[in-house]
Amino acid sequence: MPVQCSSCSEKRAVLKRPKTGHSLCKECFFWAFEEEIHQTIVSAKLFKTGESVGIAASGGKDSTVLAHVMKVLNERYSYGLELMLLSVDEGITGYRDDSLETVKRNQQQYELPLKIVSYEELYGWTMDAIVKQVGLKNNCTFCGVFRRQALDRGAIMLKVDKICTGHNADDVAETVLMNVLRGDIARLRRCTTISTDSENEGVVPRCKPLKYAYEKEIVLYAYFKKLDYFSTECIYSPNAYRGYARTYLKDLESVRPSSIMDVIHSGENLSVREGVKMPVQGTCSRCGYISSQKLCKACVLLEGLNRGLPKLGIGKHHRFHDKILSQQPLTEEEERKLKAVDF
Amino acid sequence: MAASIAIHLEFGGGAELLFNGVKKHHVTLPSQSEPWDMKQLLVWIQRNLLKERPELFVQGDSVRPGILVLINDADWELMVSTGKLCLLSECVCVCVCVCV
Repeated sequence: MPVQCSSCSEKRAVLKRPKTGHSLCKECFFWAFEEEIHQTIVSAKLFKTGESVGIAASGGKDSTVLAHVMKVLNERYSYGLELMLLSVDEGITGYRDDSLETVKRNQQQYELPLKIVSYEELYGWTMDAIVKQVGLKNNCTFCGVFRRQALDRGAIMLKVDKICTGHNADDVAETVLMNVLRGDIARLRRCTTISTDSENEGVVPRCKPLKYAYEKEIVLYAYFKKLDYFSTECIYSPNAYRGYARTYLKDLESVRPSSIMDVIHSGENLSVREGVKMPVQGTCSRCGYISSQKLCKACVLLEGLNRGLPKLGIGKHHRFHDKILSQQPLTEEEERKLKAVDF
Repeated sequence: MAASIAIHLEFGGGAELLFNGVKKHHVTLPSQSEPWDMKQLLVWIQRNLLKERPELFVQGDSVRPGILVLINDADWELMVSTGKLCLLSECVCVCVCVCV
């Protein structure tokens, strides 16, 4: 028994929108999906006319859909933006090299310039080499921290005014849950903001146009539009903590689809009690990147890698910063604790 | 007695990794007294096609949350709400993994 599209009432409905429960035909779904992103961009004032924007592209579904929709909306509503693709090569054999091939195809399909920056050239370490030293438990910490900086460095090389990433509603909701579970109040307050603003030189403002787009809808959009994307689990991520939050959220979504938006809403409206100690933003004494401590996380992690102390940077490490900055050696006991790795 | 039916199965978005990387399968479901429905198809897929980690594909009676199912290019959530979902010959069933 075919169901009619609830929007145009003309065509047969092909999907039930996870976000709203409406039954829509393909064209009405495309329109609704694109329009909502347009509304997100306009109401949050994410871009200014004439800006150059770097789209963080990994070749995955989110960034492919982001690139496609940004191009469509830029033309449809004359945003006047100059769009570019920015990719990070973490040096993960068999995973990243394949997804980068997809980005190169995207470059041709969307006719956008592309810049690829690699961990190898920026830090002298590939993720393959890092995992050999660090093991499979905390490797995602390294990758995430390095990638954040890598995107900024790449954006500066490209001379773009802004970066936009493909973080979707599910990602933001997962992050809210993760920060609650870890008691990270500072991040909990920051993680739902749709754009960062910065007066810092080394950091390019970034935003999330897909913040309110459900992951399921992104997949449906990519499927029906036959967009080319790469989908494989990163080979080093099976133990990532985020996986637990993701499974939990997916189960919650199947019971009540609005849970995802509701978690984001809870995160956006949290206020922190007076007297709670919050970190103050400053700059890294070594590289000038933004940091709430003397040394930024990337510098600490890199120091740990270069000195064969893989646990430096995992857990509380601010008491080592003075020693690192003044190039004092660590005690034997300190070194022993920082070397211990569980694979 | 319902005759055996031939259906096209397609796995994407990473789901194909559970099936030895093979995306498209053309299968024939054996004949049985009642028409085939999705629940039975899932059990059949698990028994005959699934190569590894069944918990990533099925959960209880249905697919794991995080797997989209489309039948003849339409979201099965639509049909599920309108009653029992029966499979017909030559229908195309696509399972796409939303998140790996």
